[in-house]
Amino acid sequence: MGKTAKKTSSPYAGRIAARSHFRTLRLDTPFQPRIDALMKQNDWYSWAGYRAPASLWDEELEYFAIRSTAALFDISPMVKYLIQGPDSEAYLDRVTLRDVTRLRPGRVQYTAWCDDEGHVLDDGTLFRLTEDAFRLCCQERHLPWLLDSAIGYDVSIVEETEEIAGLALQGPTSFAVLREADFDGVEHLKVFDLAGFEHQGGTVTISRTGFTGDLGYELFVPANLALSLWDRLMEAGQARGIRAIGYTALNRARLEAGLIVANADFSTAEHALRPDRVRMPDEIGLGFMVDAKKGHFNGRRAIMAARDGKKLRHVLVGIEIEGNIPAEHAIVYHGKKKEVGLVSAAGWSPLAKRNIAIASLVRPYGHTVNDDLWVEIYAMRELKYERLMKRARIVPRPFIKLDRRTANPPADF
Amino acid sequence: MKTWDAIVIGGGHNGLVNACYLQRAGLNVLVVEKNEWVGGAAVSRSLTPGFLYSNCSYVCSLFRPETMRDLELPRHGLQVIAYEGGAVLTRDGDYLANYRDHDAHRREFARFSKRDAEAYDRYARDVTRQCRFIQPLLMRTAPDPTSLKPRDVGELLFLARKFHDLGPSQMAETLRFWTMSISEFLDEYFETDVIKANFSISGIIGTALGPMSPGTAYVLLHHYMGEVDGSVGAWGYARGGMGAITKALSSSFQASGGTIRTGAEVDKVLVSNGKATGIVLANGEEIAGRLVISNADVKRTFLKLVEEKELPDVFLRRVRNFKIRGSSGKVNIALDSLPEFPALPKDSPCYRGDLHFTDSVERMERAYDDWKAGRWSADPFLDMMIPTTLDPTMTPPGKHFMSCFVQYCPPKVEGRDWTDADRDAFAETVISQIADYSPGFRDRIVHMEVRTPRELEAEVGLTEGNIFQGELTFDQLLFNRPVPGYAQYRSPIGGLYICGSSTHPGGGVMGAPGRNAAAEILRDLSKSNTQMSPAHDVI
Ligand SMILES: Cc1cc2nc3c(=O)[nH]c(=O)nc-3n(C[C@H](O)[C@H](O)[C@H](O)COP(=O)(O)OP(=O)(O)OC[C@H]3O[C@@H](n4cnc5c(N)ncnc54)[C@H](O)[C@@H]3O)c2cc1C
Repeated sequence: MGKTAKKTSSPYAGRIAARSHFRTLRLDTPFQPRIDALMKQNDWYSWAGYRAPASLWDEELEYFAIRSTAALFDISPMVKYLIQGPDSEAYLDRVTLRDVTRLRPGRVQYTAWCDDEGHVLDDGTLFRLTEDAFRLCCQERHLPWLLDSAIGYDVSIVEETEEIAGLALQGPTSFAVLREADFDGVEHLKVFDLAGFEHQGGTVTISRTGFTGDLGYELFVPANLALSLWDRLMEAGQARGIRAIGYTALNRARLEAGLIVANADFSTAEHALRPDRVRMPDEIGLGFMVDAKKGHFNGRRAIMAARDGKKLRHVLVGIEIEGNIPAEHAIVYHGKKKEVGLVSAAGWSPLAKRNIAIASLVRPYGHTVNDDLWVEIYAMRELKYERLMKRARIVPRPFIKLDRRTANPPADF
Repeated sequence: MKTWDAIVIGGGHNGLVNACYLQRAGLNVLVVEKNEWVGGAAVSRSLTPGFLYSNCSYVCSLFRPETMRDLELPRHGLQVIAYEGGAVLTRDGDYLANYRDHDAHRREFARFSKRDAEAYDRYARDVTRQCRFIQPLLMRTAPDPTSLKPRDVGELLFLARKFHDLGPSQMAETLRFWTMSISEFLDEYFETDVIKANFSISGIIGTALGPMSPGTAYVLLHHYMGEVDGSVGAWGYARGGMGAITKALSSSFQASGGTIRTGAEVDKVLVSNGKATGIVLANGEEIAGRLVISNADVKRTFLKLVEEKELPDVFLRRVRNFKIRGSSGKVNIALDSLPEFPALPKDSPCYRGDLHFTDSVERMERAYDDWKAGRWSADPFLDMMIPTTLDPTMTPPGKHFMSCFVQYCPPKVEGRDWTDADRDAFAETVISQIADYSPGFRDRIVHMEVRTPRELEAEVGLTEGNIFQGELTFDQLLFNRPVPGYAQYRSPIGGLYICGSSTHPGGGVMGAPGRNAAAEILRDLSKSNTQMSPAHDVI
């Protein structure tokens, strides 16, 4: 017989308290009160289940805040894992593509990881906080994969997305803002460096990283210190043109920087339903990460076999398209006839003054055959498609290179 | 005496779908149904004033939208409303909910295990891949692997190509999936008991198998491959109960000129020189038809309605051995107010979805153990819903209809026939389980309809009360359904066809067997079949 349902008992109290989540389908991030106060457009989207701003006041002008002053963007919805323990270096070296033994404490790696068939599960940033502690930030969720891969390693893996708030502070005056905010020593951070700084009795981890190709920093704090951190930055940035921005502006900047987004520019292996949609690192421009000299890592055998057997089918490239009409999701042709690929991100670059795009092509196109490429743009204008066939040229990524991104010491503006 | 172009035995939804297509293709079709009403296991009847029940089937997902459109069912009153998730109530006073929102779903699982919460995407991907493989096969006649006919060879190649397209690792996964138990399959993704119990439900509904029996992983697919208006895997309520489907079908059939006779039980199929020539009703009346199509299950059709001497030995033996074991019962309850479940917040959307109490796979397997011993489960699995939270047409405002599907329930009680006292004791087991979680439940009950396999067999004609007209195990699927060599809706007797759930692609209110059978019949008649639109693309 079914047992009588008992009254809530303590072991389940936390679990039971959490169940009211169904009343709020989109969570607020720890910064929400500040963002709500600045939100004039009410232009929200769902980022991994969070209510996130697409734009706050003007999606075009928000872009110029990134490139001219300092832009503040809430990255709290990024999925975060804290990986700790004596074997954490060896473990991450085994899971990810790059050589983690060469990632010193206080440094950050842009990296990716694959399943056993060499298909990319995600890309993300790996922060080495101390000798034995790392933070992995990414777009998708991987706890089962990370835990299963940890068998035999002395490590602990904790998902800490909700506990840790994150901010990206990007743009030419971002360093000045941090200095004005009294983060002493921040001037020593070179690109991909990180350090801990005191904030309200806690620690904020600041890294010189970002998703804009500009001078910029990312800041991570425990959620309870989020609002005071926001206030500290906003106050310090008053005279430095600091503005909060939404994703639309950030997306323009990341395209100029030639950076890819999981499940926008490629399908991650745990989400792809169709067998031909998965990608190896070499097929999405991440081949440079694969460290053939280090020991075994997940997917190694398959990646090497594909390289040796010339079985790589796709390639991800940057292209420049004549004219100025964005080619979002346009089909790429060879000789105007043969379909050879698809544009995954596109737009006019204000900094490069060029019509740029990221595209995935079927080899040899984009790999050894680079001439005679075209994109077919369907531009909806007042309820009619204007159909354009425009020449496309393969160009290196990033589309823009800003000296201020890497300058040491970082400039004031 | 009038000779009909085709006589369909049985007005279940597949018989009606079949009849509709044949009538629309220009045949003169008669449907004969033993009950005073049509619908078979897709029926809504009022047994107490003001209340309408979905007496057998209670939720809709599998019914093919192509058929709804071809037969203009919306115009004849059919509307299916998607519903809002559901929950498993746990013995510790909590529950695990399924929410339609992807992130809410993940957060809900994370209350129990962060790992399981993040494993859901991988699980959904793998199950969806299997669905995408099987879906295109539903609306096609299964190829005969022993045939060299160009069409069979072509269809086999289609199957082989689809299989090959899966890629090497997925090919291996597919074979495992089709033969594994749901419990083993879920162990590969999840660690939490209640989460596994939650997903194993779809692996056992309607089968005489337990969650640990091989083959139950496939059954899961059978419950995932439907849709409500393009939302794949979603389930809904037919407005007016499941009978709304067969009501719309019979209205469509009659509007196109078809004839239905209810209260007309068929006793025999007339066979002359190896060819069907008509039927004899229980009252002795003979009706002549050039074709006879049986909607009854394969055992009833060939062991009861056709003389054994007309059938080949091997075929007969296989039909006798066809697995069609009853495993479920149904309790339909009229309530004078909405029941409360203290564990579930009053504003929970789960009230508008499916509710369950079986919170571990182990507990479900124990319920199955009782069935093996010939008893109904002492601690049964219930699939419970209150369609009137979304459908205003079945009861007066404020009153409710609760549909309660119960497993396990054996076709015989410890080897002997069911008695009324057994039936009442079975119902009491169910009600007392609900009352455990819902104080005051008994006081709300206005009326109750209790159905054991005995009632299901007697009324719907489902042999042993098996809801799918035959177990959905791999040995009885595709070109082996119902039996090898006869998976293409034909039988050893010329002009005698079968179109019920005993045939490919199987049970559930899907309409695909009836439709596919109509396509084969029209092919045999060399009739054009422009009324039937092609299956929707799976791209
Ligand atoms: C309790 C229960 C719950 C279910 N729940 C669901 C659900 O929620 N969702 C879902 O999709 N599926 C469900 N199913 C399964 C689904 O209802 C059946 O698989 C489907 O309805 C069978 O349809 P059919 O047309 O193939 O056969 P049937 O519905 O079995 O129709 C056969 C018809 O033939 C008639 N007949 C039989 N013998 C004779 C004769 N000698 N002379 C004249 N007429 C005869 C019968 O009376 C009946 O009308 C459920 C089934 C049951 C029993």
